[in-house]
Amino acid sequence: MTRFAWLRRLWALSTGRFGLLVAAGIAVVAIAARFWTPFNPQRVDIAGRWAPPGWPHLLGTDGSGRDILSLLMAGAGTTLRVAVGAAVVATVIGIILASLGALTARWIRESVAVVVDILIAFPVLIIAMMISAVWGGSLWVVIISVGIGFGVNVARVTRPELRRVLHSDFVLAGRASGLTPFQNLWRHLLPNVAPVFIVQLSWAMAVAVLAEAGLSYLGFGAPVTEPSWGLLLKDLQAYITVYPLTVVWPGLAITLTVLGLNLLGDGLREATDPTLSPRRAAHHVPEVVA
Amino acid sequence: MSLEVRGLTIEISGRRVVDGISFDVPDGARVGLIGESGSGKSLTALALLGLLPGGATASGSIRWDGRELIDLPDRDLARLRGDEIGIVFQEPRTALNPIRTVGRQIAESVRIHEGLGRREALARAVAEAARVRLPDPEQIVGRYPHQLSGGQRQRVAIAMALACRPRLLIADEPTTALDVTIQSEILELLHSLVTDDGMSLVFITHDLAVLSQIATHAVVLEDGRVVEEGPISRLLTAPSSPVTQGLLRDATATLWRPGGRS
Repeated sequence: MTRFAWLRRLWALSTGRFGLLVAAGIAVVAIAARFWTPFNPQRVDIAGRWAPPGWPHLLGTDGSGRDILSLLMAGAGTTLRVAVGAAVVATVIGIILASLGALTARWIRESVAVVVDILIAFPVLIIAMMISAVWGGSLWVVIISVGIGFGVNVARVTRPELRRVLHSDFVLAGRASGLTPFQNLWRHLLPNVAPVFIVQLSWAMAVAVLAEAGLSYLGFGAPVTEPSWGLLLKDLQAYITVYPLTVVWPGLAITLTVLGLNLLGDGLREATDPTLSPRRAAHHVPEVVA
Repeated sequence: MSLEVRGLTIEISGRRVVDGISFDVPDGARVGLIGESGSGKSLTALALLGLLPGGATASGSIRWDGRELIDLPDRDLARLRGDEIGIVFQEPRTALNPIRTVGRQIAESVRIHEGLGRREALARAVAEAARVRLPDPEQIVGRYPHQLSGGQRQRVAIAMALACRPRLLIADEPTTALDVTIQSEILELLHSLVTDDGMSLVFITHDLAVLSQIATHAVVLEDGRVVEEGPISRLLTAPSSPVTQGLLRDATATLWRPGGRS
């Protein structure tokens, strides 16, 4: 009985492997960029502006002569922080709201459901604008607004699942074994809604990457001094008719990351569900001995 | 340690589902609660553990080992559950958590009540799996419920309920969802485990034939009231109430030996 069997199963899935590689790749680049980038990402070189891809600027330079590859590498850390941060905030908010909405006394349950429904009506962008109006634009605005926006979504989707699982016999059996309601929540209820949760979270991370790009683009996110894919895309797209190739790189980085995170979520869902892994079941054909 | 139930009443949003039932389970006795569906058997079982569903309230008296269980705080009840009182549910398909290995589930109550670590708990799960005669105990504890047959799952559920050596086992229709051949195996297993350990048993069923194989006494319920009680042998030979007569008729219709053994 190994605890990390699900990791092996994740690797065995093509979606999971791709997602893991993308996530790991971004993490490695983000860490590496703290120590080394081919050029200083903020170094302006007027003479070398709009250089085409080649040597020494592998992906070319932008309108101020900054090396695009270096900018992308430096921006990976920002992206990673936003995605992970938003996922953590969404998880905490989602678990708390879903648990309150599913397991408490009826009047609390129903008021939470109403609050969640109201919050869902607020687009992430509006939340971000409200927060940044008070505290100014920063990465935290993106993290918190996407976290709240997706936290309520996660809660909305998880709550009925939690209600369904709550009425299963094994939850009752858990209580009959002597688990307190809280232990039961951690051991039996949440693990059984985890598949729904994971899919929502991977989606939240992907949206956080897009939202960071979008919000930074609109000026609510990263300040201009912070390296960010969204800001880079914004800078470059003004010249899209003249230098179309440059816009491709940040766009490609964002697309790849979003795709990778989505597939990672799909893979995780499949890998953590023992009833969904035929490979494992094939090794253990149950004898029909009663 | 004996169980005394006096005037147990269960209400669900104002409606009386169990209406003042009383019975005794002396130490080491095997008592059946029998009745048609809707007679309040299962709710009674849940009330004994303080696990009634939301909206249901119990009143009256349930004394376990001289201690009143009704209105006992949930924290104190949780200490009894699985440790002194165990329960096996009807449907083995849903009574096990689909995403945890059966070993972890068998050892759950041991980990809670005896504070065993992961490794010790696993060893204990293997021993308990062997005790309920699951094939290949060392292999089977690493499997998931969907990889087991119905009878095997019910054995796992029994192992879960008995892991801490409770003094009272409540079995809520544990054989109803199983094939007839497997039913008798599970009954024999329960019978031997209960008698070997001198445990008390409350066996809930609607089938007098099944009950005659495991219990010595029976309490017949109808619409939440006790209509008849006494030794199984008497209920089989001289049932006094129409309900019991009906149950006996149903039992002899399926079971090919009238009277049964007691």
